Amino acid sequence: MLIKEIRDALGAELLSGEDLLDVEVHTACGSDMMSDVLAFVKDQAVLITGLLNQQTIRTAAMMDMVCVVFVRGKVPGTDIIEAARENGIAVLSTDHRMFTACGLLYQAGLDGGCL
Amino acid sequence: MGCCIRRGWTGVVCNMSENGLHYRFIVPGDDFARAGTASGAVKKTLKQLGIAPETVRKFSISLYEGEINMVIHAGGGEIDVYIDDEQVSAVLVDHGPGIPDVGLAMQEGWSTASEQVRGLGFGAGMGLPNMKKYSDELEIDSVVGTGTTVTITVRLA
Ligand SMILES: Nc1ncnc2c1ncn2[C@@H]1O[C@H](COP(=O)(O)OP(=O)(O)OP(=O)(O)O)[C@@H](O)[C@H]1O
Ligand SMILES: [Mg+2]
Repeated sequence: MLIKEIRDALGAELLSGEDLLDVEVHTACGSDMMSDVLAFVKDQAVLITGLLNQQTIRTAAMMDMVCVVFVRGKVPGTDIIEAARENGIAVLSTDHRMFTACGLLYQAGLDGGCL
Repeated sequence: MGCCIRRGWTGVVCNMSENGLHYRFIVPGDDFARAGTASGAVKKTLKQLGIAPETVRKFSISLYEGEINMVIHAGGGEIDVYIDDEQVSAVLVDHGPGIPDVGLAMQEGWSTASEQVRGLGFGAGMGLPNMKKYSDELEIDSVVGTGTTVTITVRLA
């Protein structure tokens, strides 16, 4: 699945990462707790989260993720968007809540990637 | 011997010698937004050195968890990172409250983090277990009332 397809599946707004729209991703992880995200070292490309601070981007960067989706209509400030840009991470914002956003992406073909 | 570079707010010092590289970071205890800066810088350096991505990720995640712990539980501290041909290691020293029962702290889900810290996305009680999982060696030396020293080692494949 391409990042632009994630955007479309969620009716999300792209806040950063125009150049990453055609990057292909296969797996995702949804959580508001960063240590939960960090618990699975295997390739996960997308982070779906309601947590909006610098550590969200830092965590995604630590995991070599390429896309962060903020749920519940959360829009990050410029400092967070700037950090994402520096780390080559696309940023999306969707009005859907966590459960629905994850469900839509799972349905569209994204996988949890590990068990 | 070799060179010595100082830069940035973290007070980075880099020393090169025949034994490898040494970096030192000062981690402020009062700046949650910047927590993880040292780990981010180390990750970049390891990548540039051409170390295998999986190894870089394991070490960086362990270091990041340790750095966050330093900030949320211990009021900051210092990190020394050593890189040579065989391994990458980090020594994290803080002068916080210490850990009364390290065995308990190592259990998945055990946390003393405040509601406030949880609201920031941490406090799942997964940091130390993650560090254990990703490192080849994890040593925790903690004295209540004095502080904690955590040593993380990841061997290069
Ligand atoms: N440097 C430290 N100084 C004092 N106490 C610590 C330190 N590191 C860890 N602890 C104690 O050990 C507990 C478990 O740490 P761990 O990193 O596993 O979880 P956490 O930090 O609470 O949550 P998470 O890492 O999931 O965000 C902490 O809640 C805290 O009580
Ligand atoms: Mg922790």
